[in-house]
Amino acid sequence: MTGAETVDRAALVEVLTRIGDSTLILGHRVSEWCGHAPVLEEDIALANTALDLIGQTRLWLGLAAEVEGKGRSADTLAYLRDAAAFRNLLLVERPNGDFGATMMRQFLFDAFHIDLLQALAGSTDTRVAEIAAKSIKEVSYHLERSSDLIIRLGDGTEESHARMQAALDDQWSYAGEFFVSDASDKAVAAAGIAPDPADLRAGWLARITPVLEEATLQMPTGTFVHKGGKQGRHTEHLGFILADMQFLQRAYPNSVW
Amino acid sequence: MSSEWPLWEVFIRGQHGLNHRHVGSLHAPDAEMAILNARDVYTRRNEGVSIWVVKSQDIAASSPSDKGPLFEPSNDKVYRHPTFFPIPDEVGHM
Repeated sequence: MTGAETVDRAALVEVLTRIGDSTLILGHRVSEWCGHAPVLEEDIALANTALDLIGQTRLWLGLAAEVEGKGRSADTLAYLRDAAAFRNLLLVERPNGDFGATMMRQFLFDAFHIDLLQALAGSTDTRVAEIAAKSIKEVSYHLERSSDLIIRLGDGTEESHARMQAALDDQWSYAGEFFVSDASDKAVAAAGIAPDPADLRAGWLARITPVLEEATLQMPTGTFVHKGGKQGRHTEHLGFILADMQFLQRAYPNSVW
Repeated sequence: MSSEWPLWEVFIRGQHGLNHRHVGSLHAPDAEMAILNARDVYTRRNEGVSIWVVKSQDIAASSPSDKGPLFEPSNDKVYRHPTFFPIPDEVGHM
């Protein structure tokens, strides 16, 4: 008997939706840079990252819909739910800000994402393990790229340093939500399908500390954490993202390419 | 200090070829980022297994105005092409 057969199905759907919604909303946010990045090379790199994340979303939300068993699909989950049904982390719905703020958000998320996927690759549910294994290659690259840019911008000019420190200070309290566990997380972790998010915090700190040091950035000491995204309580920004992302399917239901 | 990133020439070894081939150029602050940018700009469609980058300013190039002295003398030396050797039938297609 695999973990997926013993775990509460609703809890598993919840956890899969959290992963898929986080990659979806971050992918959408990053895609907003398309045509606007400071240089052509970064424009293409950001578009590649967005496409990777949206590709991963198809797999996570597809599996969530399959486990749910109510006839929904990755597409209907993405395009036909309202904000309160979204389970993404708050950090990923925050506005892009300047290029530095976008890269800081990406770095904080990538450093968490990679360890989440490493743990998921050892899942007792082979479907989860396979999606994670495929995603790890993409996310390893995202982390390499965002780390390099954090170091170069943090340890760059006076202005770039100030902007990166401001971005880090601004986003720190949102990153804390990565590691907040609830009953669904614990049930799925107990079945060996996914890690308990709280267990990923030490690894995340170990990843970001040397990069921030090399970037000459000061790690914030604040312990306040914005939370609620994983339970469907979002910032005011998510509604605007969905209005943009879902407009076509809402206005022209079932339209296809 | 120039605010423009330096220009890099990008060479990619394709899946099936042995040689790195010049595919284009891009801007990047340093070699490491140039390789990442090259990955993102030039290998989106599975084009490569290896990337080289070199600063454009480090490439020594022949001058277009020297084209005559450099290349024209070989125009009338057709005997340098290996087309005057009969190939025995048993060799087949070369």
